[in-house]
Amino acid sequence: MGYKAMIGLEMHCEFSETNSKVFSSARNSYSMTPNENIRPYDMGFPGVLPVVNKKAVEYAIKASMVVNCKQPEYMYFERKNYYYPDMPKNYQITQETKPIPVGIYGYVDYECNGEDKRVRINNIHLEEDAASSDHLFDTTVIDYNRAANPLLELVTEPDFRSGEEAEAFLEHMRTVYQYLGVSECDSKKGHIRCDVNVSIMDETLDEEDPKNWGTKVEMKNVNSFGGVRECIKYEIKRQTKAKEDGTYDTEVVQETRRWDEETGTTIGMRSKVDAVDYKYFVEPNIPKFKLTKEWLDEIRASIPELAYERKKRYINDYSLSDYDATILVKEKKISDYFEETVKLGADPKEACNWVNGMILAELNNIDNELTIDNFYLTPSMLYDLIKLISDKTISSKQGKQVFYKALEQKKEPKQIVKDEGMMQITDDSEIENIVNEVLSENPDQAKAYDPENPRLLDYFIGQIMKKTRGKANPSIAAKLMKEKLDNYER
Amino acid sequence: MKYMNKSIEELHELLKSGEVTSKELIEESLKLSHEVQDKYNAFVTILDDAKEVEVTENPLSGIPCGIKDNYSTRGILSTGSSNTLKDYVPFFDATAYAKLKEAGAVMVNKTVMDEFGMGGTGTTGHTGTVLNPWDKSRMCAGSSAGSACAVAAGVYPYATGSDTGDSIRKPAAYCGIVGYKPTYGMISRYGLFPFASSLDHLGVLTRSVKDAAIVVDNMKGIDKYDMTSWDSSKINLTKSLTGDVKGKKLCYIKEICDISEYENPSDELKSHFDNFFNAIEKAKELGMEVDEVSVDRTLLNALASVYVVISCAEATSNMSNLTGIIFGPRGEGKTWDEQTKDYRTKGFSSLIKRRFVIGSYVLQSENQERYFRNAQRVRRLLVDAWKDLFKKYDAVILPVSSGPAKKFDGDDDMLSKETVTLEEHLQVGNFGGFPSITIPDGFINGLPVALNITGNCYDDENVLNIAYALEGTMDFKNQIAKEEK
Repeated sequence: MGYKAMIGLEMHCEFSETNSKVFSSARNSYSMTPNENIRPYDMGFPGVLPVVNKKAVEYAIKASMVVNCKQPEYMYFERKNYYYPDMPKNYQITQETKPIPVGIYGYVDYECNGEDKRVRINNIHLEEDAASSDHLFDTTVIDYNRAANPLLELVTEPDFRSGEEAEAFLEHMRTVYQYLGVSECDSKKGHIRCDVNVSIMDETLDEEDPKNWGTKVEMKNVNSFGGVRECIKYEIKRQTKAKEDGTYDTEVVQETRRWDEETGTTIGMRSKVDAVDYKYFVEPNIPKFKLTKEWLDEIRASIPELAYERKKRYINDYSLSDYDATILVKEKKISDYFEETVKLGADPKEACNWVNGMILAELNNIDNELTIDNFYLTPSMLYDLIKLISDKTISSKQGKQVFYKALEQKKEPKQIVKDEGMMQITDDSEIENIVNEVLSENPDQAKAYDPENPRLLDYFIGQIMKKTRGKANPSIAAKLMKEKLDNYER
Repeated sequence: MKYMNKSIEELHELLKSGEVTSKELIEESLKLSHEVQDKYNAFVTILDDAKEVEVTENPLSGIPCGIKDNYSTRGILSTGSSNTLKDYVPFFDATAYAKLKEAGAVMVNKTVMDEFGMGGTGTTGHTGTVLNPWDKSRMCAGSSAGSACAVAAGVYPYATGSDTGDSIRKPAAYCGIVGYKPTYGMISRYGLFPFASSLDHLGVLTRSVKDAAIVVDNMKGIDKYDMTSWDSSKINLTKSLTGDVKGKKLCYIKEICDISEYENPSDELKSHFDNFFNAIEKAKELGMEVDEVSVDRTLLNALASVYVVISCAEATSNMSNLTGIIFGPRGEGKTWDEQTKDYRTKGFSSLIKRRFVIGSYVLQSENQERYFRNAQRVRRLLVDAWKDLFKKYDAVILPVSSGPAKKFDGDDDMLSKETVTLEEHLQVGNFGGFPSITIPDGFINGLPVALNITGNCYDDENVLNIAYALEGTMDFKNQIAKEEK
C-alpha cells in the first residue's frame, strides 16, 4: 500500500530592514560583535516596557496582504510565557490566533517543477526574536544582538506532499520577502528559520477527514531550505518504514525531533506530552490599536511588483524565455540590476544574456566572494558595454575581454576600449582600402581563389585582421573581401 | 524639626527668599531620616551624600523627597524590597524619577515597601517591618509603607509611591496623610518594577492635596518608553485647585457605607462611618450634592477575587525576568534552570510565592477561561458600574478601610467577610485606571482614618479640586504623626 505525506511549515523570517528592533529602540543590525546592539529592554531589566515599531507592523501587514490573509481590525500582542535562557524576560511578546494576529486564513500560489501549487496559510504573526546562544564545550554564551528583533512567523496548513514542494514554497516566500523589502533573507545571518511537521497516511484515504491523519512529528529549527527538503524526505522514509514494519504505533509518536545535518537523520528530542503550557494572555503594556482603512490602503498601495509579476512582464514585454525570466527574478537585487540596465536603454535580451550568463557566473563563483552589491560593473557600465558591441565599436568577443578586464582592473569598459585601442573599424571605405591592400599583396592567392569553393576566404580575412590587429569588423570585412574576390580578374 | 513639617509652597518661598538653603533642608531631612529609620525602619537606603541643587522657579527645586524602592534610580540601589534584587543598581532612571530630578527634587532616601509591591502590610520587605509613626504596634499598610511613614513623620513633604490595588491610598489613610494616584498612564511606568502592568500606577504621598498636585504636575507626561502613557500637557493640577466646588455631585455606595449592611458592627466601624458622614455634611455645606447610590452586591463581592486573579496572573509573568542570571545574586546549581530555581526559592518571600502559584494556576490553559478570563469580564463590569456613576456624578466618595491602622498581632491578613468590600473597594480605581485620592477625615482613639474620592479617567483636575475643597473644611491638613504610645 502507498502512503501520502501531509507536511506543514512554520517559516520564521527576521525583518532585517527596520532601523530599530520590534519592541526596543536598539539598532536592528546584524553584527559579528556580540552584544553591540542592545537596550535595557532586550535584556529584560526590571521596569522596561515594549514600544511597538510601526515600521515592523507595516511590514507584517504587507506580508499578510501578499499571502492573501485577512487583517484584523485591531492589532493586539500577547505574552507567551516560558523559561529559557535566551529569552531574558522569560516571556515572548507574540501574537496568538485569539485575538487574531496580523493575518489569518490566506493562501499562497507557487510553482514546483513547473506545476502550479497552492498552499493554505493558517496565520501570519509578528513577534520578537530571542537572543542567540552559542554552545561551547562546557558552557553556553548568549548574544543579545538579536533579542527583540522583529520576527514574522508564517504558519501553513499541512498542504505539502513532498520535500520538494516545501522547498519550492520556501524559495517562493524568500523572493516575496526580498521583493517586499522587509528582509534580506540571508540564511547565513539566520534570517530564515523553519519548523517542519510531517505525518503520513494511507494514500487511498480522504485527507479532509482528520480521523485519517497520521501522527504528527515536528522538526524544530531547520535552518536551510535543503535541510527542510531532506529532513522531510527522511521523515517520510522513516515513518513509511515503520508502517511497513508494523512498528508505526511505537516508533512514530507525537514528538519534537531535531534535524541532524551531518548524519542526515532526525533525532527525537522531547515528547509532546511534556509540552509547555505557554499561558498566553494579552500583553498589557501595548494598548490595542486600530488598523485604519486609510493606513491599510496606503500599505496595500505600497506593495511593489513581486517576482512572479515581474517574470510575467519579462516574458510578455521583453520576449524573454520562461527559463531566462525565472532566473532573472529569483533574486530581487539581480532583477533590479537587470531592470536598471534596461531602463538606461539596453536591449532586454542582450542585458538578460549578460546578467544570466557572465554576471551570474561571476557571482556564483565562490572564490570571488562577489555579491551584486559589491559588483564593480554597474548597470550603467553594462549598458555601455552592450552599446559598444551593438554599435560595432568592438566585437562581441572583445566585449567579453572588456568585461573581464573591467572587473580585474576596476576600470570602466569605455575606458578600457579607449586605452587599449580596441575600437573596431566599421567604416566600409576604410575596410575597403585594407581589402585592396591585402589583395595587391597576395595576387597569387587571389588568383587561386575559387568563388564556387571559397576556402581561401578565411586566409584573406586573417590577413585583414593581422593588418588591423583584429579591429576590423569581421562581418564587414568578410562581405567586402568576398565581393572583391568574386569579381577578381583571373 | 524646623522646616520639614512645612508644605512645598512654604519651603519654596523660604528657599527663594534665602531664609534657608537647599543644603540646610537636605541636612535636616537626612537627620530626620536616621531618626525615623531607628524608630520605624522606613528606608532601604539613606543617601547621606545627597547634594543640594539650585533653587529655580520650580516649586520642587532644592526640596528633599523620598523615592519608593521600586523606582529605578540610576547608580543607586533599587531593591523593590526584595532579596532577589538586594544588590541591584540600575543603570537607567525611571522616567518619573528623572522628571523629578529635572525639576530639582533631591532624593534623600529610598523607602521600604512590601516586596515588589505585593502586599498591604509593610511587613514583607527584605529589610523588615515598617512601623506606624502614630503607634508602633500598628502597621502602615502597604505597599508604599516607608513612603507613608516618612511623610507622616515629617521627614520631607512628599515621597513617591506606586499603587496596584491601593498601595498608595491605604498607607496614606493609615498614616493620616494624602495619597494620590492619577489616571492610568498619566505618569510613565518606565523604570518602575512592574507588579501587574494593567493595574500599576505611580503617584505620591503628601500631607496636603496641593502638595500632591504640585508633585504629580512634575511627574506626569507622555513618555516614548511607555506606550500606555498619554499627553497630559493641557492638565495643570496645581492651577485647578480653586476650591470652588459648588454644584459638584458626589455619591457614596449604600452597600459599603450603610451601617445596617453590617451584622455586628464594631464601635470602631461606627466611628469610622461617623467621621465619614461628618465629611459628607461638610461636602454639602460646600455646595456639593451628595447622593446615596446602589451597586449590585454580587458584583461588589467579586471585587477582591478579581483583583487577586488578575494581579497574580500578571505578576507571575512580569517577574519571570528575575532569574539571577543577568542581574541579581546568581543561584547555586549546575544548570541555568537549577540556578534560577535556587535563586527564586531563596529570594522570594512565601507571600510572593503563594501569589505566583495562584497566578500560574489561573493562567493555565485548562483554568484560564474559568478564572482569568472571567476575572477580566467582571473587571469590565465593575468598571462599567463605576463609569455609569460618573455619567451623573463627578466622583464617588467612600471611607477607606474598616477603620484605623491594624495591629501587627491581629489576624488581619485574613479578611473578614463582612468588611472585605470596605477594605478592597479602592481596587476599582486600578481596574478602571481612575484618578483616586485619599485624604484624612478624622481620628479614632488617636489614630487617623480617611476617605477616598475617585473620579473618571482624565478628570484628575476635578477630583483633586473636590479633595482640596473638602480638605479645607477639616483640620488634618499638614498633620505630622504624633506617637501616642
